[in-house]
Amino acid sequence: MAVVNQQEVEQVAFLARLALAEAEAAKLASQLDQILQYVQQLQAIPTDEVKPTSHVLALSNITRPDQRQPCVPPEDVLRLAPERHNQFFKVPKIIE
Amino acid sequence: MDYEPVIGLEVHVQLATASKLFCGCPAAFGASPNSQTCPVCLGLPGTLPVLNQRAFEWGVKVALAFDCQLACVMKFDRKHYFYPDLPKGFQISQYDQPLSQHGHLDIALGPSTKRIGITRIHMEEDAGKLLHDPVQPASYVDFNRAGVPLLEIVSDPDVRSPEEAYQYLLDLKAVLGYLKVSTCNMEEGSLRCDANISLRQVGTTAFGAKIEIKNLNSFKAVKAALDHEVHRQTSLLQQGGTLAQQTRLWDAKAEATELMRTKEEASDYRYFPEPDLVPFVIDQALVERIRRELPELPAQRCARLAKAYGVSPYDAQVLTQHPSLAELFEGALRLYPHPKPVANWVMGEFLGYLNANGKEPDEVQLRPEWLAHLLEAIDKGTISGTMAKELFVDVLAHQRDPNVLIEERGLRQIVDEAALNQLAEAVIAGHPESVKDYQKGKANALMYLVGQCMRHSDGKANPRQVTEVLKKKLETA
Repeated sequence: MAVVNQQEVEQVAFLARLALAEAEAAKLASQLDQILQYVQQLQAIPTDEVKPTSHVLALSNITRPDQRQPCVPPEDVLRLAPERHNQFFKVPKIIE
Repeated sequence: MDYEPVIGLEVHVQLATASKLFCGCPAAFGASPNSQTCPVCLGLPGTLPVLNQRAFEWGVKVALAFDCQLACVMKFDRKHYFYPDLPKGFQISQYDQPLSQHGHLDIALGPSTKRIGITRIHMEEDAGKLLHDPVQPASYVDFNRAGVPLLEIVSDPDVRSPEEAYQYLLDLKAVLGYLKVSTCNMEEGSLRCDANISLRQVGTTAFGAKIEIKNLNSFKAVKAALDHEVHRQTSLLQQGGTLAQQTRLWDAKAEATELMRTKEEASDYRYFPEPDLVPFVIDQALVERIRRELPELPAQRCARLAKAYGVSPYDAQVLTQHPSLAELFEGALRLYPHPKPVANWVMGEFLGYLNANGKEPDEVQLRPEWLAHLLEAIDKGTISGTMAKELFVDVLAHQRDPNVLIEERGLRQIVDEAALNQLAEAVIAGHPESVKDYQKGKANALMYLVGQCMRHSDGKANPRQVTEVLKKKLETA
């Protein structure tokens, strides 16, 4: 049975703002499905007794004191901007 | 058919830490655009976020103040969406293991209280700020706010009216003010609120379609927008229409909400654990230390003020809405132990001045001794009640002790008998016509003579005393 279908691929592509042609979506759906089918072998392992893990390192509570550090000068930051307007990043107008 | 509103509120509060949630950039408001950023908060490749210990502890503090159950272990998750204010393409937030859940806030409703459940309080980073060009099809991004620590406080759908929503926000803000973890300034965006509202038939328990309202810039806007939605949804349902889940924007000018988008499902955010941050164990020792540091909270203080000073429940509630008001009240009482006049001046004159000037109680300094000195001066007859009210405005505007202002401006009332006698004699000698009129029985003549005394004393004579002195002199003349 398929793990992922074309409709789901199209939905994820939409959320990721990827423009996929229908043929591409079909091809990706089939390839993704093969990959996921393969990974799904893991489902055979009994994990009822295992606590969910969000992190693999045996570390916790790594924090830093609330102290200010130097920032990057605005001129250097704005060099990363595709376009700038005064001291702002300029982007196409998007009203949600 | 009768419908009742079911309302839930989501409040975002910025923590007033020195630095951002995951990096050392300043979290302060008002710096020039894009001057408070670094590779971490800009989401550049190869950077590693590290949690701000103070933000973590303040989160625990707020959770405790709302009686939330703290998680044993909390973690952070990535919440994905594309918007130009989000440099990484995701926001570091908390999904299934948040800081805390299942708290509550008892809100004041007339003489009683109502318990509003708090679903969860979690930590997340703020996004940048977008300015939309009014003419060109362009927006401008300032990333100074990106990464500023936020707590999201989500209420249970326990709120049943726009008035309750308003009170919930007032009381919530009061608690945050007492904890001194945020400036809670809606204009600067350090406190923001979204509201969810659905309608259901009275007597039923299922929820209707949820409408989320955004762009609520003040508590009054929250109430107005909810009032509008109650009416809009009621008439729609009564006409046989149906409602769909959607997000609407409040337009304060039009006093109406407009459709923004149909709501995305939660799974569309593709939450997954933030691999760059390790889990955080919230151990008992930390919790107990922070619990011991909790200040007296508004509800406790309100009950104490009512009991200790005999002020009415309403007065106690107003006085405890902001910590600096309560501190002013109690501070002035230590010097001038008369609760009723102190409460009246704090709530009448001081709050009146703040409202008139659009200020918060902590934005205008009124030292307790200034208020005490002013009230003492009235009692001693140094100044009249009317003068005191005028002087009070100057005390606030110039930030000076009223006693100093009284001396500097020579406002001291003339209460000295000899001086008043002298004044009355001079006025009587200077106005023989009025004296005759008075002796003929014209009451107005006395008022005229009192007026002349006031004029000659530059308003410093006490009019009541002057009247007495004049009468005595005129009768024995």
